[in-house]
Amino acid sequence: MKTLKSTDELVKLREDILSGKRPSDNSYPAPGRVRIRVHMGTSGIASGALDVYNFLVTELEKRNISGTVIRTGDMGYSFAEPTIEVTRAGEEPVVFGNVDTFRADEIIEKFIKNGELTDGIIPANFRTITI
Amino acid sequence: MSEKIIKLMVCSGKNCSRKQGDDITDALKLELEAVSLENKVQVVRTACFGLCNAGPVVKVWPEGTIYTGVSPDDAAEIVNEHILKGRKVERLLYTDPATGKKIPDEKSLTSLKKQLRIVLRNCGITDPENVEDAIAHGAYLALAKVLTEMQPEDAIKIIKDSGLRGRGGGGFPTGLKWEIARKNQSDEKYVVCNADEGDPGAFMDRSVLEGDPHAVLEAMAICGYCIGSSNGLIYIRAEYPLAVQRLKIAITQAREYGLLGKNIIGTGFDFDIEIRYGAGAFVCGEETALIHSMEGLRGEPTVKPPYPAQSGFRGKPTNVNNVETFACVSPIILKGADWFSSIGTQKSKGTKVFALAGKVNNVGLIEVPMGTTLREVIFEIGGGLPKDKKFKAVQTGGPSGGCLTEKHLDTPIDFDNLVAAGSMMGSGGMIVMDEVDCMVAVAKYYLDFTVEESCGKCAPCRIGNKRLHELLEHISKGHGTRADLDRLRNMSVVIKDTSLCGLGQSSPNPVLSTLDNFMDEYIAHVDAKKCPAGKCRDLMQYLIVKENCVGCTACARVCPVNAISGERKEPHLINQSVCIKCGACYEKCKFDAIIIQ
Ligand SMILES: Cc1cc2nc3c(=O)[nH]c(=O)nc-3n(C[C@H](O)[C@H](O)[C@H](O)COP(=O)(O)O)c2cc1C
Ligand code: SF4
Repeated sequence: MKTLKSTDELVKLREDILSGKRPSDNSYPAPGRVRIRVHMGTSGIASGALDVYNFLVTELEKRNISGTVIRTGDMGYSFAEPTIEVTRAGEEPVVFGNVDTFRADEIIEKFIKNGELTDGIIPANFRTITI
Repeated sequence: MSEKIIKLMVCSGKNCSRKQGDDITDALKLELEAVSLENKVQVVRTACFGLCNAGPVVKVWPEGTIYTGVSPDDAAEIVNEHILKGRKVERLLYTDPATGKKIPDEKSLTSLKKQLRIVLRNCGITDPENVEDAIAHGAYLALAKVLTEMQPEDAIKIIKDSGLRGRGGGGFPTGLKWEIARKNQSDEKYVVCNADEGDPGAFMDRSVLEGDPHAVLEAMAICGYCIGSSNGLIYIRAEYPLAVQRLKIAITQAREYGLLGKNIIGTGFDFDIEIRYGAGAFVCGEETALIHSMEGLRGEPTVKPPYPAQSGFRGKPTNVNNVETFACVSPIILKGADWFSSIGTQKSKGTKVFALAGKVNNVGLIEVPMGTTLREVIFEIGGGLPKDKKFKAVQTGGPSGGCLTEKHLDTPIDFDNLVAAGSMMGSGGMIVMDEVDCMVAVAKYYLDFTVEESCGKCAPCRIGNKRLHELLEHISKGHGTRADLDRLRNMSVVIKDTSLCGLGQSSPNPVLSTLDNFMDEYIAHVDAKKCPAGKCRDLMQYLIVKENCVGCTACARVCPVNAISGERKEPHLINQSVCIKCGACYEKCKFDAIIIQ
């Protein structure tokens, strides 16, 4: 990436990423693919989020599921770490709590493949701002 | 019905105080079986939707209808009407009290949600190690706007008008601070981000830095432009390795993209940021001590004035702000002062992030508009206390704050109300306590911390806090008298009045607030030599109730000091002179034969 030289270039870069024109290295917003965010702040990692992240990366590939796994900071749900957010193409995001590799496997098979939900979902219990 | 499986999401967090969720789930499952739809429609339990005022709720997914105030008796109607016939059950839709209209989906219901994320807007959303993800979510647009469309004075005015106050504890108006730093002429000035976060149990700043580092970098650059500085410094404790690593990556990437460094996005404005590490002393969060620590000197506070804005890092005007304060800046610039000042209470605007911990079900980070009550935070967002224990107190403000009780539960949380109630906002730690927490022990715990963390520069804090701690120790051992309670109070007041820095000036707060709110507990300790909560080891005994003891020997086997004796199948006995009161037997006994006295 070359240096941004003006506001216009910044705004254009943003638009290109959002519209998928620029294949950014975490393919935001991953059109047509499942997007998984693994919440990996200190709390998440301490509860085992790294294992979940590695598991998801290898298993998606093994099971031929086209998608992206993104590391983010924590959502703040310390009571249910590790947490992951899964967005199937065209659907609203779903956050799962207390995810270990066993649960991650279940989420791939049930939710990602078939759209079936599992117990232990954490609904977005907050309002948020968008910029 | 479409071939896609429908789901009914029932809010039934194990923690919900209303606890209808499981019954509703069962009822829905039964109704579905009755019409042989159990394979087509899935019922799942979810954690709290944050719509407790309208709870319990059932959400139909993926279409999004939200039913509120649902009871198990409503299951039949939901299944028969909505699932089978595709007609919404009007009766169970939420009615907007303002318009009298029925609200069909979650989006319009979000106004009922107690939490509002401004500071945490990107935490858990963006990849902190990818600047493009941040840009996609709007990072650096505010900086671009300020640099190209505004004079520094205009931007300062927006921050001033927004009513933003410092989130590091003191609550000083941020715009005013920037204005003072701008007015002080100098060839060099500094922008410092205080990421020391020393309060035990607090992790708001860490989460922001780990989740959304660009928000802080951007705001520091905006601050630099406003006060006329090209140098930013982030003071962060070395105990936050992940935050440090992500900050470093973020700074490198921002430089690569021309968002930091020389000639930022072609505007001719230069601003760069360096990281300075702290060794984790609490007092180094105090701004003058922090500056000395960055200069390579001892982390000791100095008398203010001069304030850092006059003479700070290397004697130059320095603007110190907290991580969370900075994280509020970009949204204010983009959405305007009026937007921000419409949130919160009269004198405290915007939101506050709290680290909710202790005896509360949903431990974690929350962000609520100022003015939300403690009750809403603890019992709705926090899901109440585990095991249905009774609420006793909530500690806010860490070692500088105090314990609030039942009677403060409906106080709207803001800077001034908390101070009036005898505590303070602090950086946002919030620890919930239940009936088995002893308030003398709590005060002692915080004093332990301050004694450890006092820098020792001034006598009231160095010596006074130690004496306070000794007195508390004395009381919790059962040697205290009523006169000691007076002594505690007098000494506390003197320490507050005479200490040099904020640490000593606030360290007696946990003592004073517990004296004010839990005098009866102190009196029980000094008069009856009893600890009502059963926490002070010297004032309690573990006893075996003969009638309940079956002689299983489980207790005798777990006792680490062999204080328990007795024959198999005979009642056992605890030898009090040997017992170290670890409670292992108490935990182990299945027959409620061991009691605390
Ligand atoms: C003992 C003590 C510890 C402090 N610790 C912190 C801290 O960890 N983080 C912080 O931002 N401010 C802390 N402060 C407050 C700072 O001195 C300063 O007021 C603050 O960083 C200013 O930023 P703000 O205006 O954005 O709140 C502490 C103050 C005292 C007296
Ligand atoms: S009040 Fe305590 S921490 Fe502050 S300068 Fe005095 S001794 Fe040091």
